[in-house]
Amino acid sequence: MRRFTSFNLVALVFGLAFLYLPILILIIYSFNASRIVTVWGGFSTRWYVELMHNQSILDAAWVTLRVGLLSATLATFLGTLAGLALVRGGRFWGRTLFSGMVFAPLVMPEVITGLSLLLLFVAVNFDRGFWTVTIAHITFSMCFVAVVVQSRLLSFDRSLEEAALDLGATPVKTFFAVTLPLIAPAVVAGWMLAFSLSLDDLVIASFTTGPGATTLPMKIYSQVRRGVTPEINAVCTILVALVTLGVLTASILGKARAPARAP
Amino acid sequence: MHALRSFFARRIVIAIPYLWLAVFFLAPFLIVLKISFSATAIAMPPYTPVFDGLATLWERAKDLSFDNYVWLTEDALYIKAYLSSVKIALISTAITLLIGYPLALAMARAPDRIRPLLLMAIILPFWTSFLIRVYAWIGILKPEGLLNQLLLSLGVIDQPLTIINTDWAVYIGIVYSYLPFMVLPLYATLEKMDYRLIEAANDLGATPLGAFWKITVPLSVPGILAGSLLVFIPAVGEFVIPDLLGGSDTLMIGRTLWVEFFYNRDWPVASAVAIVLLLLLVVPIVIFQKMQQRASS
Repeated sequence: MRRFTSFNLVALVFGLAFLYLPILILIIYSFNASRIVTVWGGFSTRWYVELMHNQSILDAAWVTLRVGLLSATLATFLGTLAGLALVRGGRFWGRTLFSGMVFAPLVMPEVITGLSLLLLFVAVNFDRGFWTVTIAHITFSMCFVAVVVQSRLLSFDRSLEEAALDLGATPVKTFFAVTLPLIAPAVVAGWMLAFSLSLDDLVIASFTTGPGATTLPMKIYSQVRRGVTPEINAVCTILVALVTLGVLTASILGKARAPARAP
Repeated sequence: MHALRSFFARRIVIAIPYLWLAVFFLAPFLIVLKISFSATAIAMPPYTPVFDGLATLWERAKDLSFDNYVWLTEDALYIKAYLSSVKIALISTAITLLIGYPLALAMARAPDRIRPLLLMAIILPFWTSFLIRVYAWIGILKPEGLLNQLLLSLGVIDQPLTIINTDWAVYIGIVYSYLPFMVLPLYATLEKMDYRLIEAANDLGATPLGAFWKITVPLSVPGILAGSLLVFIPAVGEFVIPDLLGGSDTLMIGRTLWVEFFYNRDWPVASAVAIVLLLLLVVPIVIFQKMQQRASS
């Protein structure tokens, strides 16, 4: 029988407080009426109202959302194929190089990924902007999707696919009727991961962007460098709320589907 | 017929991501490598961007110059930046381990019913924007920030502490940002641990602390290694945290590369910095893989 000691409880309380207090403080101060961030001037939603009138932040949010949706979708497609190639590809020419290319971006510092892609875009004279940021995001997030899909593929029973093939299904039909439904949770999780990586990225976007494609993290970063502002607190609070909603929804959906899964 | 069709399907499945990565990951990497060996040219872009350089890379090897690398060793700034990146990453990793271990242990020992909830609580901040989490600490650590106000009102200190813009702020930022990376692998190994071993040790007269050092810690070594690596590697190349929380004297290589590129516009040197940083990171990864192979054999 495991024992949960009082020491464990203290560690848990302190650990969670350390993780959540900074974010909570940020949320509380976004409703602060005073312009001075560390003085409490009463409850107000004025920063949210000002935010709604701040065109440059709204534009950046719109760019970020478009890049995120597009890059997450394409990265999920490419990453799922890459995961399949790693697990089901058998032996093919340059397999080591391929798996190296899939895993390298996971540990590559962002500054290097960003720098190298920019140099490519410059070398081929590609106009920098929305598309270059999207391509950069697809490239690094597809590798995360590939890893998620790969681990799911490794964990399920191949005999299900073999049964379908024995019963006369074509390989393509087997993929859509058996394999894809089985890896669907990993594909969805991969999409969410890719989307959140794209929303969160500052460094790679800064290197690969061009005129007219300022993402929200870039906007926040340039504001923060000039000092803490209440509007940024409000932006951050909205983002935190959206993420929390998304994660909670995903976990509830995951729970709802769980009993339906084969043991 | 089937075999043929599946053969083509398999080819396509492999070819599409392969080509994408070759064009957008491998090619850029080779370009960085090439430029790091090229002389600083003039203006914009400050090198000669020709693709034939890639195709005929080897014929032109004699034109390559190690000047940028020599330059890196001659200017103390870069060596200092590399060393201080490793130092900051090591210290941060150690602090993350000290905070993360008790937390992961508590999660693993928690009642079954609340464990998924705790796991969720650890993962949720990780989904929140990195930038936001770093930004939250600025407001806390500033001289007139919340931490100082709290400590002053409690009478713990009589002068505001200067934490922001020092290395300490960078440690706090890294520990806070990467804590979930440490906790998750640790939790995974600690949760799998057979608790009867602890009971056996207790029956044989070990103190709780003795049982912890002799059983729990050795069994969780894979988790300690995986978690430490997951914190150490991104911390070495970190840019945002030292830039927003660190001071002007906080040297980290990711930031040096950024400055070299965006402010000094010296692309060849920035590329050389990038290549050396990569080589620096290959070492711990290879060591880790060797250890994993040893552990599994």
